[in-house]
Amino acid sequence: MLMKTFTLAIRETLAAEMRRDPSVMLMGEDIGAYGGAFGVTQGLLAEFGPGRVRDTPISEQALVGAAIGAAAAGLRPVVEIMFMDFITLAVDQLANLAAKLHYIYQIPCPLVVRAPTGGGRGYGATHSQTLERLFTGIPGLRIAAPADAADASGLLQTALRGANPVLFLEHKLLYPLRWKIGGNLPPPVPFGRARITHSGDRVTLIAWSYMAHLCLAAAHQLAAAGITAEVVDLRTLAPLDTETLVTAARKTGRVLIVEEGPVTGGFGAEIATRIFEAAYDSLDAPIRRLAGPNCPIPASKVLESACIPDIAAIAAAARDLAESAN
Amino acid sequence: MDDWASYERMVLIRCFEEAVERLFSEGRIMGTAHVCIGQEAVAVGVAAALRPGDALTSTHRGHGHFIAVGGDPGRMMAEMFGKATGYSRGRGGSQMMADTALGFYGSNGITAGSMAFACGLALEAQHRRTGRAVVCIIGDGAANEGLFHESLNLAALWRLPLVVICENNRYAMSTPVAAGLANTRLAERGAAYGIPGCAVDGNVVADVRAAVETALARARAGSGPSLVECETYRLSGHSKGDPRAYRSPAEEADAWQREPIRHLEAHLRAAGNTDPARFAACRTRAEQAIAVAIRFAEASPAPDPATVTEGVFASD
Repeated sequence: MLMKTFTLAIRETLAAEMRRDPSVMLMGEDIGAYGGAFGVTQGLLAEFGPGRVRDTPISEQALVGAAIGAAAAGLRPVVEIMFMDFITLAVDQLANLAAKLHYIYQIPCPLVVRAPTGGGRGYGATHSQTLERLFTGIPGLRIAAPADAADASGLLQTALRGANPVLFLEHKLLYPLRWKIGGNLPPPVPFGRARITHSGDRVTLIAWSYMAHLCLAAAHQLAAAGITAEVVDLRTLAPLDTETLVTAARKTGRVLIVEEGPVTGGFGAEIATRIFEAAYDSLDAPIRRLAGPNCPIPASKVLESACIPDIAAIAAAARDLAESAN
Repeated sequence: MDDWASYERMVLIRCFEEAVERLFSEGRIMGTAHVCIGQEAVAVGVAAALRPGDALTSTHRGHGHFIAVGGDPGRMMAEMFGKATGYSRGRGGSQMMADTALGFYGSNGITAGSMAFACGLALEAQHRRTGRAVVCIIGDGAANEGLFHESLNLAALWRLPLVVICENNRYAMSTPVAAGLANTRLAERGAAYGIPGCAVDGNVVADVRAAVETALARARAGSGPSLVECETYRLSGHSKGDPRAYRSPAEEADAWQREPIRHLEAHLRAAGNTDPARFAACRTRAEQAIAVAIRFAEASPAPDPATVTEGVFASD
């Protein structure tokens, strides 16, 4: 078994899909010789050339729009947005065009927008956000948020073989981490199927992307302390696997939703509501959310850490919930 | 397309738009619509320059562009009536229709919203060497959107086979060009991106066609995009219910003297076509075609409400 980083899993998947399908094309700022701000596309220019690995000017709106047009004409563009924060510059194109092309015009839009997301590196308020909340309310977009290397590869394969626009979230703190992956590429992972990464019956932890990774670590800590946690990794926010969420909630009767980013208006609120609507009678305690405070992400490490849930905070909240009275 | 064919198509567009205004005033169609009365020469001039396989993108004021490339007035009218037989099955309305089989990649409800999209269509054509060229029609208001600048820069950098037509109809909703453009000579913006920018009389269909053909030849030769400004006038209001208080009746009366159908009629007469029955027959055919379109739309079934969420995603 090989140990592969999240970065390498994505790079190898892009390369394999580009070899398999000549319509796959990469577009983004500094993705060519530079290899992307996080090194994900390193080496791809050398193999595939500037026609398929396209450096673009710093024009998020135009490059996303052009990718939508190319997708409408039959290519499979993969856009890299350097930091997810910059996707705000292209929201019009995604919300008003990509998300509506099929519903209104009956034109498929097989587009993948890769967006490095999240804090933890001290990059400050315009380079650290998790903004999937902006998109979860827009019908017509798929949103994938892998929490490990195999899922990153598997979900990306599904995205690249589908016919719809996909927002593909890559947490920056996952990039350097290593996982055991067998074979050349792990199998494709279908959208809309959450997974249970840790089994338990005292409390259910629900998260996605890096927070799902932290929830698993917290579950290990809790298990050592005698509290078993069921951990649900959503994998995709759209489509959302409500059934698995509700089943896990019914199993433990206690639910903690962990989310990076401000608590207000977060996707955790949607998850909580869906569980409440479907499993109210099975809950032994109010659903809780652990998320960021309602403030921009500060640059200072000390302040930034106060904004983002960590393993200790997740474990503490889960323990408190597990031990709360009915 | 000869002068008579252009005339016929322009009159058809005019009749369609007059019908749309009438149907709105009668409350028979709802929502919104932006008609292009006075701008028919741009639509028909552009369409005449296109080859089969080329692509066209349009604006919120797109009925004329669509009819010019062969859009079926019946299905367009059905879309405006919100019927299942409409181009977007009642999901798009006046502003959002497409027919890729005709190379018509959609009118678009966002100002400048199709510009980068058109770049992408052109990118695919360049990448796969399909020979397709792409024409993107925008209005003068779109020229101030960031997407205008980003898209022209990208298209120029990559030498995309793209022609951007700016349909300068003098008003961005109610804002006159002089209040919206720091430099009202819009075609000069081409120079900022190192591409040709030219201005033509957008009320003269032959002039539009010639300018677009020149720009398309450049695009097909791999020399990159061009900006063609077509100077015209929006004789109608911005949309239904626009009292047009921001401009004078005298200004409109003057514009009616120079409108494109009248201009082409004069041109045809000067060329010896003096039989009034021939002009009248064009108008009659167009009116009959639009009457058929309206009957088709009215007789068409409404979409099934149970299908409202169908098609949000394509089948993977």
